[in-house]
Amino acid sequence: MMNKTELVNLAKKVRKHVLKMTLYSKSSHIGAAFSIVEILIALYFLVLNVDPKNPSVKDRDKFILSKAHGSAALYAVLAEKGFFPISTLEKYFIDGGILPGHLDKTSVPGIEFSIGALGHGFSVAIGMALANQRRSNNGKVFVLLGDGECNEGTIWEGAMLAAHLKLDNLTAIVDYNKIQSFGRTNEVINQEPVVDKWKSFGWDVIEIDGHNFEKIIESFQSSHKKPKMIIAHTVKGKGISFMEDKLEWHYKSPNEHQYKQALDELG
Amino acid sequence: MRTAFIETLTQLAKKDDTVFLITPDMGYSVLEKFRDEFPNQFLNSGIAEQNTISVAAGLASSGYTVFVYSIIPFVTMRCFEQVRLDLAYNNTNVKLVGIGAGLTYGSLGASHHAIEDIAIMRSIPNMTVLCPGDPIETRELVKRSYEKNGPVYIRLGKNGEANIHDANTRIEIGKSIEITQGTDFALITTSNTLELGKQWTDEWKNENLSVSLISMPSIKPFDNSKINELLSKQIPILTLEEHNVIGGLGSAVAEIIATSEKSVPFKRIGINDVFSHDVGSHNYQRKMINFNEKPSVDFLKK
Repeated sequence: MMNKTELVNLAKKVRKHVLKMTLYSKSSHIGAAFSIVEILIALYFLVLNVDPKNPSVKDRDKFILSKAHGSAALYAVLAEKGFFPISTLEKYFIDGGILPGHLDKTSVPGIEFSIGALGHGFSVAIGMALANQRRSNNGKVFVLLGDGECNEGTIWEGAMLAAHLKLDNLTAIVDYNKIQSFGRTNEVINQEPVVDKWKSFGWDVIEIDGHNFEKIIESFQSSHKKPKMIIAHTVKGKGISFMEDKLEWHYKSPNEHQYKQALDELG
Repeated sequence: MRTAFIETLTQLAKKDDTVFLITPDMGYSVLEKFRDEFPNQFLNSGIAEQNTISVAAGLASSGYTVFVYSIIPFVTMRCFEQVRLDLAYNNTNVKLVGIGAGLTYGSLGASHHAIEDIAIMRSIPNMTVLCPGDPIETRELVKRSYEKNGPVYIRLGKNGEANIHDANTRIEIGKSIEITQGTDFALITTSNTLELGKQWTDEWKNENLSVSLISMPSIKPFDNSKINELLSKQIPILTLEEHNVIGGLGSAVAEIIATSEKSVPFKRIGINDVFSHDVGSHNYQRKMINFNEKPSVDFLKK
């Protein structure tokens, strides 16, 4: 079991990978990747029953990144976990690359499903959880949603079905960083009260600080008889002062100067 | 065709407990027996087609062979992006079964008609498109789609269609079936117009025209070799489909003719790029698009 210092150091390392990947590829979505780093690390290093050496074992736990535009963070975490070499991260988003901007399950081991458009991965995860329930397979399914993604109607279609089916093997997390693609989440479409909404749809709901490892781990460990929703309050662009809580970092990639400044901040 | 579908699926589900049937709340008087006999292989996912398709993809990626049953517009167009990405791009083992080909749902109106589905489904990579024309083709192609790994769209009519083929006929994906042989021209038909095509062929026979009736249930993969054979023999071609003339069977045949170095007289019979605003039964709708009388063969003279 990794201790807190190790987890925090790994989060810095993952953010450095992501910085480098976006610097070289001039890709967007760095802000959306930085808000989910701690959640992904907690999942892959403390929660998920997955084996990078044997990624398709039948009773493994499955993770779906439904907000697939945060892919850079997932690739960095998968590489650190040993699903593929760290050097593959250099092949992100570039001509002749290996790792696309959104997820393609044929690209590298560890990607459970090809996901790009919003509002798909959540429902796919429900199907996977249903398959495990019907077959008494002990594997659990985890799915990470964006807050803006919850504008999609399919999220609420799925929310009803998962509760109706009593999928106690399903855990969803909303990366509630409060900025979506063209504005502040609750100014575009007010989603509050978020916790009450999910409760009324029949989910067990936990609200946490999505950058606090202790709280994240605790929220994953609590038992549940209904599908579980973790509302994770996060900060878009977390970790880099000039990127935090800024819409523009949904799109921009760092220049050399910003890259160096960001590296200095991470220490 | 509905009965042939569910009877075939029931047989498959008995032998293989990974066969799974999902419906977004359709199937009254059709699916009850399956639901009651195989509760662990059945789900009514509610009136939420987009979620349903993605859930089917999740089940399929966990080892199930999933059939999704609904009315054509709802199982193809309402959830098109889910079909494109979660089924086709991911190449998941999901079979879409749509009922109500063309103008089947008559008086229910254009929302329930299906005249664009072949065009959109055949344009998606990885997707197999099957349009059976009678209960025998339905039985056979449901079996073939079960045997084939990957996404398949199966376009069905309704119930009570006549058997055109012999009961023991075997039908393959990618192959046409020549029902009558003829030399004056070929009538190629797909989906629910097979019986009508047979009727016209019989009428032409009485007028001393020798017509080859070809059933083309497999739209993708398409039986290119049959079209090339007709071109080589210089047999004119007439296509018949209860679908927009844009993008369906007629287009598929035209693409082959246009890229060959041969030429024959050619004509497409179908729906001429219009929505129906007529109120009336399937038969009435057919009358309004001139399907009640066989087309002129003037195109032969060109």
